Amino acid sequence: MGYIAGLTAVLVVLWLVLSGSYTLSGDHTVLMVMAVLSIAAAVFLTVRMRILDRETVPLAPALSLVVYWSWLGREIVAANLAVLRLIMKPDIEVEPRLIRVPVDLRSGLARCVFANSITLTPGTVTVDIEEDGFLVHALDTSFTAPEGFSDMAAHTDAATDGQRENS
Amino acid sequence: MSGSEVFSHILFALSVGSMALGLMLVLAGAIGVIRLPDFYTRMHAAGVTDTLGAELIILGLILQAHDWQTIAKLALVGLLLFLTSPTATHAVANAAHRAGQMPDLTKFKPKHPRDLNEGEGTK
Amino acid sequence: MDMVNFLVALGLAGAMAIMLARLFAGPTLYDRVLAANSFGTKTVLFLLVFSAIAGRQDAIDIALLYALINFVATIAILKFFRYRSLEIALAQMSLRRAVEGEFEE
Repeated sequence: MGYIAGLTAVLVVLWLVLSGSYTLSGDHTVLMVMAVLSIAAAVFLTVRMRILDRETVPLAPALSLVVYWSWLGREIVAANLAVLRLIMKPDIEVEPRLIRVPVDLRSGLARCVFANSITLTPGTVTVDIEEDGFLVHALDTSFTAPEGFSDMAAHTDAATDGQRENS
Repeated sequence: MSGSEVFSHILFALSVGSMALGLMLVLAGAIGVIRLPDFYTRMHAAGVTDTLGAELIILGLILQAHDWQTIAKLALVGLLLFLTSPTATHAVANAAHRAGQMPDLTKFKPKHPRDLNEGEGTK
Repeated sequence: MDMVNFLVALGLAGAMAIMLARLFAGPTLYDRVLAANSFGTKTVLFLLVFSAIAGRQDAIDIALLYALINFVATIAILKFFRYRSLEIALAQMSLRRAVEGEFEE
Protein backbone atom coordinates (compact mmCIF):
# COMPACT_ATOMS: atom_id res chain seq x y z
CA MET A 1 0.00 0.00 0.00
CA GLY A 2 2.87 2.34 0.76
CA TYR A 3 4.32 1.62 -2.66
CA ILE A 4 1.05 2.63 -4.36
CA ALA A 5 0.96 5.91 -2.43
CA GLY A 6 4.62 6.61 -3.22
CA LEU A 7 4.18 5.86 -6.92
CA THR A 8 1.09 8.08 -7.11
CA ALA A 9 2.90 10.94 -5.38
CA VAL A 10 5.86 10.68 -7.75
CA LEU A 11 3.57 10.61 -10.80
CA VAL A 12 1.57 13.63 -9.57
CA VAL A 13 4.74 15.65 -9.02
CA LEU A 14 6.05 14.58 -12.44
CA TRP A 15 2.84 15.67 -14.15
CA LEU A 16 2.79 19.03 -12.38
CA VAL A 17 6.42 19.73 -13.24
CA LEU A 18 6.09 18.75 -16.90
CA SER A 19 2.76 20.46 -17.59
CA GLY A 20 3.24 23.53 -15.43
CA SER A 21 -0.48 24.19 -14.81
CA TYR A 22 -2.01 24.00 -11.34
CA THR A 23 -5.37 25.74 -11.61
CA LEU A 24 -8.77 24.34 -12.51
CA SER A 25 -9.96 27.41 -14.43
CA GLY A 26 -10.50 27.60 -18.16
CA ASP A 27 -8.66 25.16 -20.35
CA HIS A 28 -6.83 23.68 -17.40
CA THR A 29 -9.86 21.64 -16.40
CA VAL A 30 -9.36 19.29 -19.36
CA LEU A 31 -5.69 18.98 -18.49
CA MET A 32 -6.46 18.09 -14.87
CA VAL A 33 -9.01 15.46 -15.88
CA MET A 34 -6.43 13.97 -18.22
CA ALA A 35 -3.90 14.00 -15.37
CA VAL A 36 -6.20 12.09 -13.02
CA LEU A 37 -7.12 9.59 -15.73
CA SER A 38 -3.56 8.88 -16.85
CA ILE A 39 -2.13 8.63 -13.33
CA ALA A 40 -4.93 6.25 -12.32
CA ALA A 41 -4.32 4.16 -15.45
CA ALA A 42 -0.56 4.02 -14.83
CA VAL A 43 -0.97 2.96 -11.20
CA PHE A 44 -3.65 0.40 -12.10
CA LEU A 45 -1.48 -1.16 -14.84
CA THR A 46 1.54 -1.29 -12.53
CA VAL A 47 -0.46 -3.08 -9.85
CA ARG A 48 -1.97 -5.43 -12.43
CA MET A 49 1.45 -6.30 -13.87
CA ARG A 50 2.62 -7.11 -10.32
CA ILE A 51 5.90 -5.24 -10.71
CA LEU A 52 5.29 -2.96 -7.73
CA ASP A 53 7.98 -3.72 -5.17
CA ARG A 54 11.04 -2.27 -3.50
CA GLU A 55 13.02 -2.13 -6.72
CA THR A 56 10.53 -0.34 -8.97
CA VAL A 57 9.65 2.26 -6.33
CA PRO A 58 12.99 2.77 -4.57
CA LEU A 59 11.79 5.41 -2.12
CA ALA A 60 13.26 3.88 1.03
CA PRO A 61 16.89 3.65 -0.18
CA ALA A 62 16.67 6.95 -2.11
CA LEU A 63 18.32 9.08 0.58
CA SER A 64 21.31 6.81 1.11
CA LEU A 65 21.66 6.49 -2.66
CA VAL A 66 21.98 10.28 -2.95
CA VAL A 67 24.76 10.18 -0.36
CA TYR A 68 26.37 7.41 -2.39
CA TRP A 69 26.13 9.44 -5.60
CA SER A 70 28.15 12.28 -4.08
CA TRP A 71 30.94 9.79 -3.37
CA LEU A 72 30.56 8.27 -6.83
CA GLY A 73 30.78 11.72 -8.43
CA ARG A 74 34.31 12.23 -7.15
CA GLU A 75 35.33 8.80 -8.47
CA ILE A 76 33.81 9.58 -11.88
CA VAL A 77 35.67 12.88 -12.16
CA ALA A 78 39.01 11.27 -11.26
CA ALA A 79 38.51 8.38 -13.69
CA ASN A 80 37.39 10.78 -16.43
CA LEU A 81 40.63 12.70 -16.19
CA ALA A 82 42.62 9.45 -16.40
CA VAL A 83 40.73 8.28 -19.50
CA LEU A 84 41.05 11.74 -21.07
CA ARG A 85 44.81 11.63 -20.62
CA LEU A 86 44.94 8.22 -22.31
CA ILE A 87 42.82 9.30 -25.26
CA MET A 88 44.51 12.62 -25.99
CA LYS A 89 48.07 11.22 -26.06
CA PRO A 90 49.73 11.66 -29.47
CA ASP A 91 50.13 7.91 -29.89
CA ILE A 92 47.72 5.62 -28.15
CA GLU A 93 49.28 3.21 -25.67
CA VAL A 94 46.57 1.25 -23.89
CA GLU A 95 46.62 -2.22 -22.41
CA PRO A 96 43.02 -3.45 -22.33
CA ARG A 97 42.32 -6.18 -19.82
CA LEU A 98 39.40 -8.47 -19.14
CA ILE A 99 39.23 -9.24 -15.42
CA ARG A 100 36.92 -10.97 -13.01
CA VAL A 101 35.70 -8.97 -10.02
CA PRO A 102 34.45 -11.13 -7.16
CA VAL A 103 31.12 -9.94 -5.79
CA ASP A 104 29.60 -11.08 -2.49
CA LEU A 105 26.91 -8.44 -2.10
CA ARG A 106 23.76 -9.56 -0.35
CA SER A 107 20.88 -7.98 -2.25
CA GLY A 108 19.98 -7.78 -5.92
CA LEU A 109 19.70 -4.00 -5.64
CA ALA A 110 23.26 -3.77 -4.34
CA ARG A 111 24.54 -5.93 -7.21
CA CYS A 112 22.67 -3.76 -9.71
CA VAL A 113 24.03 -0.54 -8.22
CA PHE A 114 27.54 -1.98 -8.13
CA ALA A 115 27.46 -3.11 -11.78
CA ASN A 116 26.08 0.26 -12.87
CA SER A 117 28.73 2.09 -10.85
CA ILE A 118 31.51 0.09 -12.50
CA THR A 119 30.09 0.97 -15.92
CA LEU A 120 29.51 4.59 -14.98
CA THR A 121 33.13 5.04 -13.94
CA PRO A 122 35.03 5.62 -17.18
CA GLY A 123 37.72 3.09 -17.98
CA THR A 124 35.82 0.07 -16.70
CA VAL A 125 32.70 -1.53 -18.16
CA THR A 126 30.78 -4.51 -16.81
CA VAL A 127 30.66 -6.94 -19.72
CA ASP A 128 28.93 -9.93 -18.18
CA ILE A 129 27.27 -10.86 -14.91
CA GLU A 130 27.89 -14.26 -13.37
CA GLU A 131 26.83 -15.96 -10.17
CA ASP A 132 29.83 -15.03 -8.05
CA GLY A 133 31.33 -12.10 -9.90
CA PHE A 134 31.35 -9.67 -12.78
CA LEU A 135 33.39 -9.81 -15.96
CA VAL A 136 34.88 -6.34 -16.32
CA HIS A 137 36.66 -4.87 -19.32
CA ALA A 138 39.24 -2.26 -18.34
CA LEU A 139 40.76 0.21 -20.77
CA ASP A 140 44.20 0.10 -19.17
CA THR A 141 46.02 -1.84 -16.50
CA SER A 142 45.89 1.18 -14.19
CA PHE A 143 42.12 0.66 -13.80
CA THR A 144 42.32 -2.96 -12.64
CA ALA A 145 43.44 -2.45 -9.03
CA PRO A 146 41.37 -4.77 -6.82
CA GLU A 147 41.43 -2.22 -3.97
CA GLY A 148 39.35 0.18 -6.04
CA PHE A 149 36.68 -2.43 -6.69
CA SER A 150 36.49 -3.61 -3.08
CA ASP A 151 36.29 0.02 -1.94
CA MET A 152 33.39 0.65 -4.31
CA ALA A 153 31.69 -2.57 -3.19
CA ALA A 154 31.92 -1.48 0.46
CA HIS A 155 30.36 1.89 -0.37
CA THR A 156 27.61 0.20 -2.38
CA ASP A 157 26.83 -2.17 0.45
CA ALA A 158 26.60 0.70 2.92
CA ALA A 159 24.37 2.70 0.57
CA THR A 160 21.84 -0.07 -0.08
CA ASP A 161 21.73 -1.15 3.59
CA GLY A 162 22.14 -4.81 2.63
CA GLN A 163 18.46 -5.70 2.61
CA ARG A 164 17.18 -8.80 0.87
CA GLU A 165 15.84 -8.25 -2.62
CA ASN A 166 12.36 -9.64 -1.94
CA SER A 167 11.65 -8.15 1.46
CA MET B 1 27.54 47.37 -9.01
CA SER B 2 24.76 45.96 -6.88
CA GLY B 3 24.75 42.61 -5.16
CA SER B 4 22.35 40.87 -7.52
CA GLU B 5 24.40 42.04 -10.50
CA VAL B 6 27.55 40.50 -9.02
CA PHE B 7 25.60 37.31 -8.40
CA SER B 8 24.40 37.14 -12.00
CA HIS B 9 27.97 37.68 -13.25
CA ILE B 10 29.22 34.84 -11.05
CA LEU B 11 26.45 32.59 -12.36
CA PHE B 12 27.39 33.50 -15.93
CA ALA B 13 31.05 32.67 -15.33
CA LEU B 14 30.19 29.35 -13.68
CA SER B 15 27.84 28.45 -16.52
CA VAL B 16 30.40 29.24 -19.22
CA GLY B 17 33.10 27.29 -17.40
CA SER B 18 30.89 24.26 -16.88
CA MET B 19 29.69 24.22 -20.49
CA ALA B 20 33.20 24.67 -21.86
CA LEU B 21 34.47 21.78 -19.74
CA GLY B 22 31.54 19.59 -20.80
CA LEU B 23 32.02 20.42 -24.47
CA MET B 24 35.71 19.57 -24.16
CA LEU B 25 34.85 16.18 -22.68
CA VAL B 26 32.25 15.46 -25.38
CA LEU B 27 34.70 16.33 -28.14
CA ALA B 28 37.45 14.28 -26.49
CA GLY B 29 35.10 11.31 -26.32
CA ALA B 30 34.21 11.68 -29.98
CA ILE B 31 37.88 11.87 -30.95
CA GLY B 32 38.53 8.78 -28.83
CA VAL B 33 35.77 6.90 -30.62
CA ILE B 34 37.53 7.63 -33.89
CA ARG B 35 41.09 6.96 -32.69
CA LEU B 36 40.86 3.85 -30.53
CA PRO B 37 41.44 0.60 -32.37
CA ASP B 38 38.95 -1.89 -30.92
CA PHE B 39 35.24 -2.03 -30.16
CA TYR B 40 35.67 -2.58 -26.44
CA THR B 41 38.09 0.30 -26.07
CA ARG B 42 35.87 2.61 -28.13
CA MET B 43 33.09 1.82 -25.71
CA HIS B 44 35.09 3.46 -22.91
CA ALA B 45 35.57 6.62 -24.95
CA ALA B 46 31.83 6.84 -25.65
CA GLY B 47 31.19 6.35 -21.93
CA VAL B 48 33.25 9.43 -21.07
CA THR B 49 30.92 11.71 -23.00
CA ASP B 50 27.78 10.12 -21.69
CA THR B 51 28.58 10.57 -18.03
CA LEU B 52 30.46 13.71 -17.17
CA GLY B 53 30.25 15.72 -20.40
CA ALA B 54 26.48 15.56 -20.70
CA GLU B 55 25.96 16.32 -17.01
CA LEU B 56 28.31 19.31 -17.16
CA ILE B 57 26.55 20.82 -20.19
CA ILE B 58 23.18 20.32 -18.50
CA LEU B 59 24.57 21.94 -15.33
CA GLY B 60 25.68 24.92 -17.39
CA LEU B 61 22.20 25.25 -18.91
CA ILE B 62 20.62 24.98 -15.44
CA LEU B 63 22.82 27.83 -14.22
CA GLN B 64 21.57 30.15 -16.97
CA ALA B 65 17.88 29.17 -16.71
CA HIS B 66 15.47 31.78 -15.38
CA ASP B 67 12.32 29.98 -14.21
CA TRP B 68 12.14 26.93 -11.97
CA GLN B 69 10.19 24.80 -14.47
CA THR B 70 13.08 24.88 -16.94
CA ILE B 71 15.45 23.95 -14.12
CA ALA B 72 13.26 21.01 -13.09
CA LYS B 73 12.95 19.72 -16.64
CA LEU B 74 16.68 20.00 -17.28
CA ALA B 75 17.41 18.18 -14.02
CA LEU B 76 14.97 15.46 -15.10
CA VAL B 77 16.78 15.02 -18.43
CA GLY B 78 20.10 14.88 -16.56
CA LEU B 79 18.81 12.24 -14.15
CA LEU B 80 17.45 10.19 -17.06
CA LEU B 81 20.78 10.29 -18.92
CA PHE B 82 22.63 9.46 -15.70
CA LEU B 83 20.47 6.36 -15.16
CA THR B 84 20.15 5.07 -18.74
CA SER B 85 23.60 5.62 -20.23
CA PRO B 86 25.49 2.99 -18.16
CA THR B 87 22.69 0.52 -18.81
CA ALA B 88 22.88 1.12 -22.56
CA THR B 89 26.68 0.80 -22.52
CA HIS B 90 26.44 -2.45 -20.58
CA ALA B 91 23.78 -3.74 -22.97
CA VAL B 92 26.00 -3.11 -26.01
CA ALA B 93 29.03 -4.66 -24.30
CA ASN B 94 27.08 -7.68 -23.12
CA ALA B 95 25.53 -8.24 -26.54
CA ALA B 96 28.96 -8.11 -28.19
CA HIS B 97 30.39 -10.49 -25.59
CA ARG B 98 27.53 -12.97 -25.90
CA ALA B 99 27.80 -12.85 -29.69
CA GLY B 100 31.36 -14.14 -29.31
CA GLN B 101 33.25 -10.98 -30.12
CA MET B 102 36.62 -11.21 -28.42
CA PRO B 103 38.32 -8.09 -27.09
CA ASP B 104 41.62 -7.31 -28.74
CA LEU B 105 44.02 -7.68 -25.85
CA THR B 106 47.20 -8.40 -27.77
CA LYS B 107 47.49 -5.57 -30.22
CA PHE B 108 49.13 -2.85 -28.23
CA LYS B 109 51.65 -4.13 -25.70
CA PRO B 110 51.93 -7.92 -25.56
CA LYS B 111 54.20 -7.92 -22.52
CA HIS B 112 52.76 -10.62 -20.29
CA PRO B 113 51.46 -13.64 -22.19
CA ARG B 114 49.88 -15.04 -19.03
CA ASP B 115 47.58 -12.02 -18.78
CA LEU B 116 46.12 -12.73 -22.19
CA ASN B 117 44.37 -15.88 -21.03
CA GLU B 118 43.02 -14.34 -17.85
CA GLY B 119 39.64 -13.60 -19.37
CA GLU B 120 38.65 -17.13 -20.32
CA GLY B 121 41.12 -19.18 -18.30
CA THR B 122 39.65 -19.56 -14.84
CA LYS B 123 36.25 -21.01 -15.50
CA MET C 1 25.22 34.28 -23.48
CA ASP C 2 23.76 33.43 -26.86
CA MET C 3 27.24 33.46 -28.35
CA VAL C 4 28.45 30.87 -25.82
CA ASN C 5 25.43 28.66 -26.46
CA PHE C 6 25.97 28.97 -30.20
CA LEU C 7 29.59 27.84 -29.89
CA VAL C 8 28.57 24.89 -27.69
CA ALA C 9 25.92 23.90 -30.25
CA LEU C 10 28.54 24.09 -32.99
CA GLY C 11 30.90 21.87 -31.01
CA LEU C 12 28.13 19.36 -30.36
CA ALA C 13 27.35 19.30 -34.08
CA GLY C 14 31.02 18.55 -34.75
CA ALA C 15 30.97 15.67 -32.26
CA MET C 16 27.79 14.36 -33.92
CA ALA C 17 29.53 14.46 -37.30
CA ILE C 18 32.41 12.39 -35.90
CA MET C 19 29.90 9.91 -34.48
CA LEU C 20 28.26 9.65 -37.90
CA ALA C 21 31.66 8.87 -39.40
CA ARG C 22 32.08 6.01 -36.91
CA LEU C 23 28.52 4.91 -37.65
CA PHE C 24 29.33 4.52 -41.34
CA ALA C 25 32.87 3.20 -40.89
CA GLY C 26 32.33 0.87 -37.91
CA PRO C 27 33.52 -2.62 -38.79
CA THR C 28 31.08 -4.48 -36.54
CA LEU C 29 27.41 -4.10 -35.77
CA TYR C 30 28.19 -3.19 -32.16
CA ASP C 31 30.34 -0.24 -33.21
CA ARG C 32 27.38 1.07 -35.13
CA VAL C 33 24.94 0.57 -32.26
CA LEU C 34 27.35 2.29 -29.88
CA ALA C 35 27.80 5.19 -32.28
CA ALA C 36 24.04 5.49 -32.76
CA ASN C 37 23.47 5.54 -29.01
CA SER C 38 26.17 8.15 -28.46
CA PHE C 39 24.77 10.18 -31.37
CA GLY C 40 21.39 10.12 -29.65
CA THR C 41 22.88 11.42 -26.40
CA LYS C 42 24.51 14.28 -28.28
CA THR C 43 21.21 15.00 -30.04
CA VAL C 44 19.57 15.37 -26.63
CA LEU C 45 22.26 17.83 -25.55
CA PHE C 46 21.94 19.70 -28.84
CA LEU C 47 18.19 20.02 -28.37
CA LEU C 48 18.71 21.37 -24.84
CA VAL C 49 21.18 23.99 -26.04
CA PHE C 50 18.84 24.84 -28.92
CA SER C 51 16.00 25.44 -26.48
CA ALA C 52 18.23 27.86 -24.56
CA ILE C 53 19.22 29.72 -27.74
CA ALA C 54 15.74 29.95 -29.25
CA GLY C 55 14.00 30.47 -25.92
CA ARG C 56 11.60 27.64 -26.66
CA GLN C 57 10.46 25.60 -23.66
CA ASP C 58 8.97 22.77 -25.71
CA ALA C 59 12.36 21.73 -27.07
CA ILE C 60 13.21 20.43 -23.57
CA ASP C 61 10.17 18.14 -23.68
CA ILE C 62 11.29 16.88 -27.08
CA ALA C 63 14.75 16.24 -25.65
CA LEU C 64 13.25 14.26 -22.76
CA LEU C 65 11.25 12.12 -25.16
CA TYR C 66 14.25 11.66 -27.40
CA ALA C 67 16.36 10.42 -24.49
CA LEU C 68 13.70 7.85 -23.61
CA ILE C 69 13.24 6.68 -27.20
CA ASN C 70 17.00 6.52 -27.72
CA PHE C 71 17.47 4.17 -24.78
CA VAL C 72 14.57 1.92 -25.71
CA ALA C 73 15.65 1.83 -29.36
CA THR C 74 19.20 0.77 -28.43
CA ILE C 75 17.92 -2.09 -26.28
CA ALA C 76 15.41 -3.13 -28.96
CA ILE C 77 18.02 -3.16 -31.73
CA LEU C 78 20.38 -5.27 -29.62
CA LYS C 79 17.60 -7.65 -28.69
CA PHE C 80 16.51 -7.97 -32.30
CA PHE C 81 19.99 -8.81 -33.54
CA ARG C 82 20.48 -11.30 -30.74
CA TYR C 83 17.39 -13.33 -31.58
CA ARG C 84 16.69 -12.08 -35.14
CA SER C 85 13.15 -11.55 -33.93
CA LEU C 86 11.36 -9.71 -31.18
CA GLU C 87 8.86 -12.49 -30.60
CA ILE C 88 11.33 -14.95 -29.09
CA ALA C 89 12.56 -12.38 -26.62
CA LEU C 90 9.03 -11.52 -25.56
CA ALA C 91 8.11 -15.20 -25.26
CA GLN C 92 11.18 -15.82 -23.09
CA MET C 93 10.21 -12.92 -20.89
CA SER C 94 6.67 -14.16 -20.36
CA LEU C 95 7.98 -17.69 -19.70
CA ARG C 96 10.37 -16.42 -17.06
CA ARG C 97 7.60 -14.38 -15.50
CA ALA C 98 5.40 -17.48 -15.34
CA VAL C 99 8.14 -19.56 -13.70
CA GLU C 100 8.87 -16.86 -11.13
CA GLY C 101 5.18 -16.55 -10.41
CA GLU C 102 5.02 -20.26 -9.61
CA PHE C 103 7.84 -19.89 -7.13
CA GLU C 104 6.14 -17.00 -5.40
CA GLU C 105 2.81 -18.65 -4.78
